[in-house]
Amino acid sequence: MNSDQPKTMRDVFIEAVCEKMREDERIFFVSADFGSPALDKVRENFKDRFINVGIAEQNLINVAVGLGLEGYIVYAYAIAPFITMRPYEQIRQSLAISSQVRPINVNLIGVGAGVSYDVSGPTHHCLEDISIMRLMPNFTVFSPSDWKLAEGFVDYSVKVSGPKYLRFDSKPLPSIYGDIGDLDFKKGFYELLNPPTGGEKVCLVSTGFMTHLALKAAKELKDIGVVDVFLLKPVDEKSLFESLKKYKYVIAIEEGFVNNGGLDALVSKIILDNQSDIRFKRMGFNDKYVFELGGRDYLHKLNNLDEESIIKTIKECL
Amino acid sequence: MNNIKNQSIIELLKEKSLWVRKETLNIHKVAPETRLASSLSDVEIFVALYYGGILKFNPKNPRWEERDRFIISKGHGAISLYPILADLGFFDKSELGEVCKESSFLGGIPDTMIPGFETINGALGHGLGVACGSAVALKNKNSAAKVFVLMGDGELFEGAVWEAIMFAGHHQLNNLILIIDNNKISMLDYCRNIIDLTPIEEKLHVFKWKVKTIDGHNIEEVYDSLNSLKEDKSDHPRVLIANTIKGKGVPKLENDVLCHIKSLKEDEIIKAIEELK
Repeated sequence: MNSDQPKTMRDVFIEAVCEKMREDERIFFVSADFGSPALDKVRENFKDRFINVGIAEQNLINVAVGLGLEGYIVYAYAIAPFITMRPYEQIRQSLAISSQVRPINVNLIGVGAGVSYDVSGPTHHCLEDISIMRLMPNFTVFSPSDWKLAEGFVDYSVKVSGPKYLRFDSKPLPSIYGDIGDLDFKKGFYELLNPPTGGEKVCLVSTGFMTHLALKAAKELKDIGVVDVFLLKPVDEKSLFESLKKYKYVIAIEEGFVNNGGLDALVSKIILDNQSDIRFKRMGFNDKYVFELGGRDYLHKLNNLDEESIIKTIKECL
Repeated sequence: MNNIKNQSIIELLKEKSLWVRKETLNIHKVAPETRLASSLSDVEIFVALYYGGILKFNPKNPRWEERDRFIISKGHGAISLYPILADLGFFDKSELGEVCKESSFLGGIPDTMIPGFETINGALGHGLGVACGSAVALKNKNSAAKVFVLMGDGELFEGAVWEAIMFAGHHQLNNLILIIDNNKISMLDYCRNIIDLTPIEEKLHVFKWKVKTIDGHNIEEVYDSLNSLKEDKSDHPRVLIANTIKGKGVPKLENDVLCHIKSLKEDEIIKAIEELK
């Protein structure tokens, strides 16, 4: 665990995009009236390649598509529930469907994964996006757990064409990864904790912010594996199963609705398809929106998703 | 001299309009799923754009960088473009007999698998916003290419269209030309009975668009106004409101408020072709 200063994924990512924009004139940045300190630099330095479309997420997507069809690499930026759910049909028709025939590189950056906008309430929580964005063919869904992954994805997003959804946390978070220089983004996951051979009983498979809690919980106990899944689509199912098959129990943990096509669906599908006898558990939000007020820790506690609950679930397996 | 030349173009466009209507009916015979009435109100618009030298295109290289972009937002209403694209060499004319059949690429609603179609627009109200993005991109590239959009008046019910209308006006996208096929009927009723859209001219004018209204079946008006909007030097996006008749040319459809979803039987099609003028 790296102990440097917490950072927001969006600022680190946009900072790196800003650097790219200096050398690559094909990059456009479009926002639906959503900002960040790093974005101020883009607005200042690239007046002809930055557009604020206003509070108009449908047009945000359409304008991004028009630019993308003309060969530009586009970043479209808004709050996570609004960039995914308001313009879902624009995304479906002009990105998911269209990109099967016409190449396009449009990257949707959604800020506010899970309940990271804790006290803003259920409209600003984003618990559906993993399921609904994974649903569409031709999409890449990126869910980093720290700012280092987010930063590293800038190169990938430029080089690998196609429509992508980047699910960013809104809060500053410490880094988890060290040097990600040779990280294989295509593989889509990384084994952060590996118990010694022979001792593999429980593995926590998590994404986004939950990887921070999974690591904390795992370190309270002995010989717990932690796998961070940062690409929720496409998934290298074969490699992921290779990493999971040595465990007796696998627990999928996500800051999203469970039983509805999220990370839990992805992991359980791999287990089932391989006719494996791995025992599977899932942790996440149940089928209710969260109206309670309080910080993220409190909301997690109420929904049995805090560190204590993870430890308890692990102990049930041991 | 100009006048004589103009007259011969107008004669050609009239001939082509008649032929396109006939071919559209022939396609409907093969593929009754096609939206016939919607594809008959925009015939003169397609003909003027493609045969009147208004649109820049290259059938041998449909994605030619210097082409004008033409986004057909009322996707279902572009069956009448199939014969034109085939006639101009985008694909073989024999394909017109295969519409909606297995292994054909010409569907009941056009998509981007078809050479000559920029975007897929089965769902309505998306074309103008995408066109705005393309217009910004072309300006950024200093390209002389223009972006044309064809939209049905019923699409004005879609909120996203107004996001795009505001955007284009504010950003002075003077390389963007919107054509509204104002046939005044959507699926279930006259638009005026659903939510009265009038006055469309004034609405677009206050949103900073340059507006021109014409009879969309008078080929000379369509041709002249598209030419003048294309050559216009003002800083506004342009909109041509073409007053049209849904199902134009087929009496059985013309007077039917439910013509959007009407299919004609084979004998009705034969009769309709005979009656075309």
